[in-house]
Amino acid sequence: MDILLQQIINGLTLGSVYAVVALGYTMVYGIIQLINFAHGEVVMIGAMVAFTVISMLAGTSLPPVLIVVVGALVAIPVCMAVGYTMERIAYRPLRRAPRLAPLITAIGISIILQHVAMIIWSRNNLPFPQIIKVVPYHLTSNEEGATITNVQIAIIAMSVLMMGGLLFLVHRTKLGIAMRATSQNQLVAGLMGIDINKIIALTFVIGAGLGAVAGVMNGTYYGIAHYQMGFVLGLKAFSAAVLGGIGNLGGAMLGGVLLGLIEALGAGYVGDFTNGVFGSNYQDVFAFLVLIAVLVFRPSGLLGERVGDRA
Amino acid sequence: MVAPLIDAKGDPKKLWIGVAIIGFVLLVLPFALASIGTAWVRITNLAILFVFLSLGLNIVVGFAGLLDLGYIAFYAVGAYVYALLASPHFNIHLPFWAILPIGAAAACLFGVLLGAPTLKLRGDYLAIVTLGFGEIIRIFLNNLYQPINITNGPQGIVTIDPFRIGSFNLATTDTFLGLTFSGPIKYYYFLLIVLVVVIVINIRLQNSRIGRAWEAIREDEIAARAMGINTRNMKLLAFAMGASFGGIAGGMFSAMQGFISPESFVLVESVMVLSMVVLGGMGNIFGVVIGALLLSFVPEILRYTVQPLQEALFGRMLLEPEVIRMLLFGLALVLMMLYRPAGILPSAVRKRELAKRENGPVG
Repeated sequence: MDILLQQIINGLTLGSVYAVVALGYTMVYGIIQLINFAHGEVVMIGAMVAFTVISMLAGTSLPPVLIVVVGALVAIPVCMAVGYTMERIAYRPLRRAPRLAPLITAIGISIILQHVAMIIWSRNNLPFPQIIKVVPYHLTSNEEGATITNVQIAIIAMSVLMMGGLLFLVHRTKLGIAMRATSQNQLVAGLMGIDINKIIALTFVIGAGLGAVAGVMNGTYYGIAHYQMGFVLGLKAFSAAVLGGIGNLGGAMLGGVLLGLIEALGAGYVGDFTNGVFGSNYQDVFAFLVLIAVLVFRPSGLLGERVGDRA
Repeated sequence: MVAPLIDAKGDPKKLWIGVAIIGFVLLVLPFALASIGTAWVRITNLAILFVFLSLGLNIVVGFAGLLDLGYIAFYAVGAYVYALLASPHFNIHLPFWAILPIGAAAACLFGVLLGAPTLKLRGDYLAIVTLGFGEIIRIFLNNLYQPINITNGPQGIVTIDPFRIGSFNLATTDTFLGLTFSGPIKYYYFLLIVLVVVIVINIRLQNSRIGRAWEAIREDEIAARAMGINTRNMKLLAFAMGASFGGIAGGMFSAMQGFISPESFVLVESVMVLSMVVLGGMGNIFGVVIGALLLSFVPEILRYTVQPLQEALFGRMLLEPEVIRMLLFGLALVLMMLYRPAGILPSAVRKRELAKRENGPVG
């Protein structure tokens, strides 16, 4: 029972990170029906930049939490700049091109970002300085029982906060109305006086900002950053977005959390169910299996409504 | 190289002269390369393997318009089938002409396995699912060494048998008519023969009823169905055929290298093959061949020039050739899509299609 509880907590933490990354995919998809394949790389850049900042400040007497926050605050604008450049150079010129074209450029951008990051930060695993002291809180009276750490609490709280902020932005502000209008019909939105280029660019920028925070969370949680970390993370987050119903904000959050739980529980129990034939080293397979299963049985995802040409 | 071939379409005499010249060059090539270094013959052989792969992927992406990002998985299946059936790992040593079809069939089976559930999906979803599929295959190859050791995990499989017909072994050195045929040179000729066969198959396929059906599906699936094309079977066929080509190429890779491990079948390789297809021109057979050769040779040439150049300029190596290679792939993908979306040698239909869409309606 304790193991189950522990896996659920780990899954929730993991899921929160997926959810925040998935938001980046789903926002872009919602507005221009493009899978921003390079989003995972943005997350990676966020983690890398934060790594540099945190390492630089780690020796100072600043409070650890502040250092991490500063790391995130530097990472966010960098990632936003990357997101904006990406949109401007690689996606905007191809907005009317056949579907395969922007997808192929996205792969190209993704490779370029990865290797530029590799040139800057080397191909090694970069250890995040463990400045925040991890404090486990026991959830049960049992001393050996399940725990939740302060880092986990912070990650979950942070993602809930960001999701809330995003929902507010999309549903309650003028910018959000413009975004929703653009996603419904670009031409008409343009006629209504919305600068759709600006709105689309902003969507990328906001998504990239969220990605940056996710990168920082991922880095502090696992204590490691690597120039290829964005790929699998991005793929899983995309699976999460599809699971929840791509283009749907609530769906991305639900999908992210569910995927995190599936992965944590799957990795925790697959050994027991298969008598040790498959172990937790198959963890990465679950996300893809979930993705394939969702696309086969319910291509519009759990919360998706419009099916139409989507699948 | 191909230009005279195409220009001479109306003039059979010129065409045959062109073919004769190319044929002669290709026959002499390995000896010329061997005089620079045997490594270059090996590089050429690998380049030809990538031509196979690109042609296989071209069936899926170029002809049928289904973006497959996990193509290397089929290459892996072919390679592992060969390795398991012709190595001391299980102590099975079947002859290559028996294994290659098995490998092709296995890859074909995987192609259908991947294709069947994903047929309904639209292009970009399909791309992601195939990508995930490629990763799944790699994860399994990496981990299927316990409790039963099937793939030998990350260590890979070693001492794989070379191609052998009776006592004639493609990996050893022979002297014939006063010429020394080293292992790589013999493989080169073998690959060249297969290459000609594969290209002919591809050309015949493109202009066949099947090829036209694929083209129709690529252009407009609903219209294609309305015209009576069984889109499901045709798409499955594209997957199966592309996969079989990959499987055969994988088997040859296994035999040539004598060693394989999951390392050789990572996503980057899929992307590389895709870059070759895109660069050359999706759907154009000769374009794809050129794309594959370019992206195989340019990085190798870079490998030998970039390092001395950087050392001369900066006194030390700043960028590894490997990194430059990847950056080149990335740039090639982006720039090609932006400025020449139909590739170096665009297929006529693709060109028309891409030109038309530019002025199409919004959204």
